Amino acid sequence: MLKLENISFEVENEKEILKDVNLTIEKGKFIAITGPNGGGKSTLARIISGVLKPTKGKITFYGEDITDLSITDRAQRGISFGFQQPVRFKGITVHDLINIAKGEDLSVMDASHFLSEVGLCAKDYIHRELNDGLSGGEIKRIEIATIIARNTKLSILDEPEAGIDLWSFNHLIEVFMKMHQSKENSIVIISHQERILDVADEIIAMVDGAIVKRGAKESVLPELLHCEDPKNCLYCQDILEA
Amino acid sequence: MNDIAKKLLKEVSGLDEMPKGAYNIRENSKTVSRQSSENIEIVSKEDKSGIDIIVKPNTKSENVFIPALVSCSGVHDLVYNDFFIGENADITIIAGCGVSTGDSCDGSEHNGIHRFFLGKNSKVRYVEKHIGEGTGTGKRVIDPVTEVIQEEGSYMEMETTQIKGVDSTRRFTTAKLKDGAKLVIKEKLMTHGEQFAESKFEVDMDGEDSSVNLISRSVARDYSRQTFISKINGNTRCMGHSECDAIIMDHGVVSAIPEITANSLDATLIHEAAIGKIAGDQMIKLMTLGLTEGEAEAKIIDGFLN
Ligand SMILES: Nc1ncnc2c1ncn2[C@@H]1O[C@H](COP(=O)(O)OP(=O)(O)OP(=O)(O)O)[C@@H](O)[C@H]1O
Ligand SMILES: [Mg+2]
Repeated sequence: MLKLENISFEVENEKEILKDVNLTIEKGKFIAITGPNGGGKSTLARIISGVLKPTKGKITFYGEDITDLSITDRAQRGISFGFQQPVRFKGITVHDLINIAKGEDLSVMDASHFLSEVGLCAKDYIHRELNDGLSGGEIKRIEIATIIARNTKLSILDEPEAGIDLWSFNHLIEVFMKMHQSKENSIVIISHQERILDVADEIIAMVDGAIVKRGAKESVLPELLHCEDPKNCLYCQDILEA
Repeated sequence: MNDIAKKLLKEVSGLDEMPKGAYNIRENSKTVSRQSSENIEIVSKEDKSGIDIIVKPNTKSENVFIPALVSCSGVHDLVYNDFFIGENADITIIAGCGVSTGDSCDGSEHNGIHRFFLGKNSKVRYVEKHIGEGTGTGKRVIDPVTEVIQEEGSYMEMETTQIKGVDSTRRFTTAKLKDGAKLVIKEKLMTHGEQFAESKFEVDMDGEDSSVNLISRSVARDYSRQTFISKINGNTRCMGHSECDAIIMDHGVVSAIPEITANSLDATLIHEAAIGKIAGDQMIKLMTLGLTEGEAEAKIIDGFLN
């Protein structure tokens, strides 16, 4: 469904953040992207969703060249992107945002359903403003709820586990599994969480702006550990200790 | 009342027909319809244009409507309205001003001078909407002056909204608060074109444990300009907070000028101001949910001024 060919991303006369990335994602897949901090995972997600334009390369989605399409056009074609750091808005309520995501005006009851999915008590949250009053974990769950509400062909979630407590996390994994039950839809989760890597169909490891390995967990993790400087790589150390 | 006036009435006060209870409707400098209720008496002033609104002590949950309409050009309306709120009364005042100049090149003006005297432990919610309409070059001007005197334990909440069509406005609000009196002001403002808006507050907290909270949210588009001046004096143990939050677009200009003075060690005063364009990540987020740039901008502004 999604194909990235020779995608590079360079910031002005500085380093290459993505280096000639080639990637194909089939429909109905659950893919996890992992790798050390600064490896380029979020950048890749931004390139796919259109937030950033690649400096080189081509992106196709269901056969259509979307390289030059706007964020809006890509969203409308069926790409969703849950941010690593959700955005806050003064005056826009949780209900408003779910309506925007769904593209229709839902009743309180229908909108609440998506909050329950992410373990938020709907009546406490549905009318809340998306302002600084929400905790990090709360706003993160709301972000995930909007992606569930959109229910598009491709959903990319950037570190959805961040800030979410352990108990809810188990439930969230079920939610992700459910999201990809549809044979049509694919879900890509950027994560450092082994639990997520465990349930994914495939793992993609990104180091230093390049995909170093793709495959089942057993084959990818060892490769990751051979990153250039594992001793000074927090990610590798975590895995080494585990 | 003609159609223009009826439409203005609906927009500023939400009324389709004459309301129940007390009201006074002013059109082109004259009272066109009035009704007092058992607890709220409305009488004309004898020495100048305007009315006294007298609310009996202990009046509960009543509304009073006092819209002022200017439905043609060339009107220069000046009105004095005094509100005397009896002890323990709890009422809502729905005010508002609509100025329509049609396709004329002559401007119109409405200047309301409102004074509120809140008796002990009384509670007032004051809701006011200003709008201007007309396609001609005639300037629509609204310059309201508001003076609030609050006795012990009284509570006043003012909600003022001006979203479109007023070319120039200078608002001046002063308040004096006695022991335990509480004042909340929520102001919403959007300016377009070459419009100018100034909002100036001067609040004296003279009584112990009095408090004021001024919240201003505004959007300045095109070449419009806004100035927000808040002067808060804490003269005893009290709490003062003012917050100016503004979005600028196009070539809009906003200034926020706070002046907070603590004349007592026990005064706690805070001023916050944030002025800037719409945050890029807010636009991006809404676009990733499928909105176009224009739709995203409209949602953000609507919510902000909501
Ligand atoms: N606009 C930019 N200008 C300069 N450097 C950038 C820019 N955007 C990203 N980078 C750098 O590119 C690298 C990749 O960043 P990215 O956010 O994609 O990493 P990540 O894999 O998502 O990391 P994390 O696991 O910490 O979220 C980092 O070194 C980052 O500092
Ligand atoms: Mg990241």
